[in-house]
Amino acid sequence: MRARGWGWRHAGRLAWALHDIDVTVEAGERVLLLGASGSGKSTLLAALAGVLGGDEDGDEAGTLTVGGRDPRAARGAAGLVLQDPESQLIMSRIGDDVAFGCENLGVPREQLWMRVRDALDLVGLDLPLEHPTEVLSGGQKQRLALAGALAMRPGLLLLDEPTANIDPEGVRDVRDAVAAVLAATGSTAVIVEHRVEAWLDVVDRIVVLGADGGLVAEGEPRSVLAAQGEALAAAGVWVPGREPRIARRPGPTDRPALLTGESLTLARVAGHPLAATVTRPVDLTVSAGEALALTGPNGSGKTTLALTLGGLLAPAAGEVRASPALAEGIGSQVMRWRSRELVSRIGSVFQAPEHQFLMPTVREELELGPRALKLPAAEVSSRTDDLLARLGLGALAAANPFTLSGGQKRRLSVGAVLATRPRMLVLDEPTFGQDALTWTALVELLEQLRSEGTAVVAATHDLRLIDAIGANVLALEAET
Amino acid sequence: MTRDGVAAINPVAKLAASLLIAVTLALSVDAASAVTALALEIVLLPFAGLGWVAFWRRTAAVWIAAPLAGLTVALYGRASGQVYLDLLVVHVTDGSLRLAAITAVRVLAIALPAVVLFATVDATELADGLAQHLHLPARFVLGALAALRLVGLMRNDWIALELARRARGVADRGRIRRLAGLAFALFVLSIRRGSALATAMEARGFGGDVQRSWARPSRFGIREVLLIVVGAVLAATAVVVAVATGQWVLIGR
Repeated sequence: MRARGWGWRHAGRLAWALHDIDVTVEAGERVLLLGASGSGKSTLLAALAGVLGGDEDGDEAGTLTVGGRDPRAARGAAGLVLQDPESQLIMSRIGDDVAFGCENLGVPREQLWMRVRDALDLVGLDLPLEHPTEVLSGGQKQRLALAGALAMRPGLLLLDEPTANIDPEGVRDVRDAVAAVLAATGSTAVIVEHRVEAWLDVVDRIVVLGADGGLVAEGEPRSVLAAQGEALAAAGVWVPGREPRIARRPGPTDRPALLTGESLTLARVAGHPLAATVTRPVDLTVSAGEALALTGPNGSGKTTLALTLGGLLAPAAGEVRASPALAEGIGSQVMRWRSRELVSRIGSVFQAPEHQFLMPTVREELELGPRALKLPAAEVSSRTDDLLARLGLGALAAANPFTLSGGQKRRLSVGAVLATRPRMLVLDEPTFGQDALTWTALVELLEQLRSEGTAVVAATHDLRLIDAIGANVLALEAET
Repeated sequence: MTRDGVAAINPVAKLAASLLIAVTLALSVDAASAVTALALEIVLLPFAGLGWVAFWRRTAAVWIAAPLAGLTVALYGRASGQVYLDLLVVHVTDGSLRLAAITAVRVLAIALPAVVLFATVDATELADGLAQHLHLPARFVLGALAALRLVGLMRNDWIALELARRARGVADRGRIRRLAGLAFALFVLSIRRGSALATAMEARGFGGDVQRSWARPSRFGIREVLLIVVGAVLAATAVVVAVATGQWVLIGR
């Protein structure tokens, strides 16, 4: 792969997403591509994969070639694995899914199934070809996507944050699968990831893009990290040894219980993949100024329990009861509360921010809760201004929430819930896939809220988060 | 997947057979053709490879829809003969009752074979068949197939969106407004999912200029022909009986 003075500007934008990129990746090299969010890493990968689009999608400068050809003309020369496991499943059975790319390349049927089996072997997915793709875990889905790319026998493998949306166990499996694949095929690879540590042993070069879309540094991984570590950490990359530190704050002295759950077993949300029944009934107490982490493998019911504690889902058995300190004059049955009564008491932040965005601009999104409470206009706007500043979203007040970056969306989704000043927060995987900057901003905010007397409940895999907010851990077991 | 009997027959043949019956029966509104077709179908259905439990479960909607269609005709159908009930636009007469019974039978005769044949159709097989035998464009067929997978995700999105509304304090509004808002949000999410899926498909070389190969051979042999012949004979018998009894009236005449 070779870029000479290459740049790209998305249609309708003033600034170039990438400019003056001069990089050569020799055959067989493994490159880790780093940079702040918004530095154009994904754009470069999309360009290499030939899926960036044509003239109507943006302007191109300089030249970019894969194996000496324009990537658009060489579809299939590069295999691309994207961040979201869900949107990469194409067919309903794993064999068919892996075969899909081969079919598009016109691989004859006799060779095709051999390629499919080889690819599945390489990524370590030891399942029948008829196995439905829908029931795979996040890590398995990513390995399936990798197999689908591999079966096309690309000379270049492109991985765009392949482990950002999966649990820690899945991360290891995917990383190991990629390492095995590279060792076996000798293929060239360009990998984009925030979390450097997992990939250090897999790559032999690091390329760093600056926040303005230019090239900042490149070279041998450890020397680049030594020279650029501080700048990279400041740009949000998780640099080993430079992880963010959050100062612990004292909590309030008075910590009344806000919510209790007694012998809870959880209702299954029909069709919801994350829902599960908790095998053993759960008892818990959520208190002001304290943090509670719900942990456990995928499918153990973390999300369902979070929804239940958030007053959104009735438990299958047992009882969720609000204390008078939380209920403030209305009944203790959380599920009986009206939606408007709920938001000023318990705030729920969903795993996918997109699910909770309702308004056309960031500002209106933040105003929605206070408006539902029928607060005076002056109060609504002062709360909103305060949150915009606190979340670093001031410049984006008029932007559509859906157009924000992943980190910005996450901050907005938390902010929108804070606007009604609930005494208890329930968050589902709030730090999932975030770069170090968003992570720090978010965790600092949570720790501050906790010290001011808010109860923080988080369903999470993130041990750093649990540690940073001093959370008590409630470990759920997988359904057997 | 190893399957036998009717289940293993190429979906394209099932489509053709059901269409033959449906189109033929839609041509006339007489009693003879509908009754003949339904009678023959009832004889043939046990051979369709669907267990009794599965049969009733799959066709439940048909058994409800047919009498409802009949009821509508009974109340609003063309009036003739003895009048039993006359209330504003509602006229229940000899003529409309007769027509109602025929309509119910006709709906059953059209829907039953289609539902029973398609109960055992796998979407992937259907797509393979449509592309390989009818030569529908691969872009269209596979795009639709991939989109079908998104329907399951949409259901999950719907649940999450509904819960999120309560969490955001706006679930107390009127039901109609809330549903409209939910539908729109789902629409936006689906478009985003769709375009992400399109990118993933493109990255796997979909939509390129290369002549596509097909991983799964779609067979079209003697069984397929046989099924279509059965469908054709059934439809033809219904027409012949209707014409012989002098009841056949082409619709619109």
